[in-house]
Amino acid sequence: MTDPTTSVSHLDLEESKRTFLDANELVINMGPQHPATHGVLRVILRLDGEKVMGLECVIGYLHRGVEKIAEHRTYTMFNPYVDRMDYVAAVSNGLGYCEAVEKLLNIEAPPRANYIRVILTELNRIASHQLWLGTHALDIGAMTPLFYTFRDREEILKIFEKYCGARLTTHAFRIGGCQYETYEGFEKDVRKFLTFVAPKIDEYEELLTTNRIWVERTKNVGTISAKDCIALGVTGPVLRASGVKWDLRKAQPYANYKLFEFDIPTGQNGDTYDRYLVRMAEMRQSLRIIQQAVDGIPEGPIMAKVSKVIKPAVGEIYHSIEAPKGELGYYIVSDGSTQPYRVRVRPPSFVNLQALDLMCRGQLVADVIAVIGTLDIVLGEVDR
Amino acid sequence: MPGWITNYVNDPRQLTPGQYGSPFWALVYILVVFGGVSLAVVCMNWLERKILAHMQVRLGPMRVGPHGLLQPIADALKLILKEDIVPEGADSFVFLLAPVIILLAVFSVYCVIPFGPTHAITDMNIGILFMLGVSSLGVLGIVMAGWASNSHYPLIGALRSSAQMVSYEIAMGLAVVSAVLMTSLNDSGTGTLSMIDIVKAQNEQHIWFVFKFFPLGLIAFFIFAVAMVAETNRAPFDLPEAESELTAGFHTEYSGLRWSLFMLGEYAAMIAVSSIAITLWLGGWMRPFPNALSGPTWALAFSLFPALTFFGLAGMTFYSTMRMPKHTFFRIQTMGLGAFGAVLALVGLILLIPPVRDRVQDVYWFVAKIAVFLYLYIWYRGTFPRYRFDQLMKVGWKVLLPMGIGVLMLTGIVGLRTEIWGFLQRLVHV
Repeated sequence: MTDPTTSVSHLDLEESKRTFLDANELVINMGPQHPATHGVLRVILRLDGEKVMGLECVIGYLHRGVEKIAEHRTYTMFNPYVDRMDYVAAVSNGLGYCEAVEKLLNIEAPPRANYIRVILTELNRIASHQLWLGTHALDIGAMTPLFYTFRDREEILKIFEKYCGARLTTHAFRIGGCQYETYEGFEKDVRKFLTFVAPKIDEYEELLTTNRIWVERTKNVGTISAKDCIALGVTGPVLRASGVKWDLRKAQPYANYKLFEFDIPTGQNGDTYDRYLVRMAEMRQSLRIIQQAVDGIPEGPIMAKVSKVIKPAVGEIYHSIEAPKGELGYYIVSDGSTQPYRVRVRPPSFVNLQALDLMCRGQLVADVIAVIGTLDIVLGEVDR
Repeated sequence: MPGWITNYVNDPRQLTPGQYGSPFWALVYILVVFGGVSLAVVCMNWLERKILAHMQVRLGPMRVGPHGLLQPIADALKLILKEDIVPEGADSFVFLLAPVIILLAVFSVYCVIPFGPTHAITDMNIGILFMLGVSSLGVLGIVMAGWASNSHYPLIGALRSSAQMVSYEIAMGLAVVSAVLMTSLNDSGTGTLSMIDIVKAQNEQHIWFVFKFFPLGLIAFFIFAVAMVAETNRAPFDLPEAESELTAGFHTEYSGLRWSLFMLGEYAAMIAVSSIAITLWLGGWMRPFPNALSGPTWALAFSLFPALTFFGLAGMTFYSTMRMPKHTFFRIQTMGLGAFGAVLALVGLILLIPPVRDRVQDVYWFVAKIAVFLYLYIWYRGTFPRYRFDQLMKVGWKVLLPMGIGVLMLTGIVGLRTEIWGFLQRLVHV
């Protein structure tokens, strides 16, 4: 394994020493408009034939200055903005932000609100993983899983829509709890979804898990060791597939995750196939959590006592949660006014994307696509 | 009617126009085949989108015409009207020539495809050799397109494509040879390369070559079936145009009509290679079960199949007509769909007339077998992920090629088993 700190620099790309033997080295530009770079990621590839000698990511095409915007909004006003970062897992973003501000204010959401939060967040985790699976499979050339996963993700979005009126950027939670009480039949809908989706996950696995081509395309592709993962700060399913049992839901329980029983699926090889298996297992674990949460949801208030004008005391806070893609952290500095002095987001996609070069070196062009897919990046979150 | 027209039709030898030497009838056949294949490509376009859509829990084209039936026509119109862009820095002559070369290579193959004992443009004594030779010229067009585009992605696509097609042709050729070897298992001991005679040999030996020397014929057919998917650059071997990696591969820079020529070439090539497989292994124009279900009753039953197919299609169309939304907006579409069903039913009725019935038999079974292959193509596309380039080469060189050589040798040994046995006996007796 190469040293994770090395990376290709601009200089490296432009001044490749062209000797007789590597005269056929080719620098190609993949993206920002490319069908498989998941949005506007631009990757500069240095190829020797089909072999990747090195690559560099160019990001920022979707930069909207979310962190800067926060400095000119009140704490409440900034809440919907975070949904626009990782827009396929908007609920998780909201949860992280709300909990961070709650921590800053020294309040806690009431139990019923926490149950609702857990249910919606885990539903969102499944939705995010489904979207990942569909696009990842499409990148590797299997068209059909995409449509299956979108069909089933639709059911989750319907629950979101019924709950808060939005399907994608939900703005489901408020600082101090939830704004909306669950709608009539919410629990029934969630239970129906649980029985509906369990066989569907088997269906995805039927198409892919033992498919010879799928296994050949993903086994030993984009391998990353646990040591490198930790060195690069990679988190989430990518880290767990390398064999590290690290899940913030267990390690630093937030919301009321400590009440639920679930396993942390891990892999051994840290290759694309293991990451696939880990995410598939995670979907099943999420179903387990939702089942327990729906069974145990208590009655009671859904909002803690929060003053109309949120004005935290001077101080700073770092709070992180396990988003579908990894550790999503919020670092908020308060100067005692109604607006945060600084908000810094630690987005899992951005940090995980650093590993791309390490994972792709020496592999083939087709593997770059597979690895981008398996990292499960959302450019809205990478660029913010 | 002038003699030079009727002479051919009344000729007792039952020859193809090419063999008979009648330019007029050859031209008619060429036009019919060219038109038929183009029409089949258009139908295939619609069918692929519809079938793939239904496999993927969606509807596919529904807007242009009832159930999107007119979608291919709308697409064709759009493509014709689009601007024909030649990128800056491209070698414009080669760039413009490439799609023509591909199309030429593909359509030349149809010269020798036997849709029936006499229904081929011509019959050559080197038919299958001609076919393999001409169809491999398509690589030239792809390389030209990739190189002339003066762009990285098409170049990589073209390189992949040429490597892929060249390596799979070898396995393909070996499989073909083992089928040709089987044609020599007759009294005279001479085989044939002529497409028509290969089918006739299967008729004489009362077996489709796919079942001959079970499982040798089957393995050879399997090798060919895999290699032909790779030959035509279709999923799961569609690396040259791997959308997620190379945007569109060698035809990334093409637009409008020239792009549609590539598509036409691709689909026509699919039909062409399917025809080769059918001719060599699946009894060409012969109906299924000629041995087990023989006799005049069964012959009559099987001769009703073309009409029944059209009645079935008409029935489906009428059923869809009934299910069309009852709204004035859809009135014209509903009427059109009904009329289409009526036309299909009428064709079915015409196919019931005994002289017509007997004449379309051969073509019907050939086309039906092609349809099965095309359905498989679509099915593959809906099911399989894409191979990676090195894996693809591994399958070609390390799996299919040794298998091909093995099958070829075993076919030869099994075919000559009596001779070998006799030789061994003589050795012992001496």
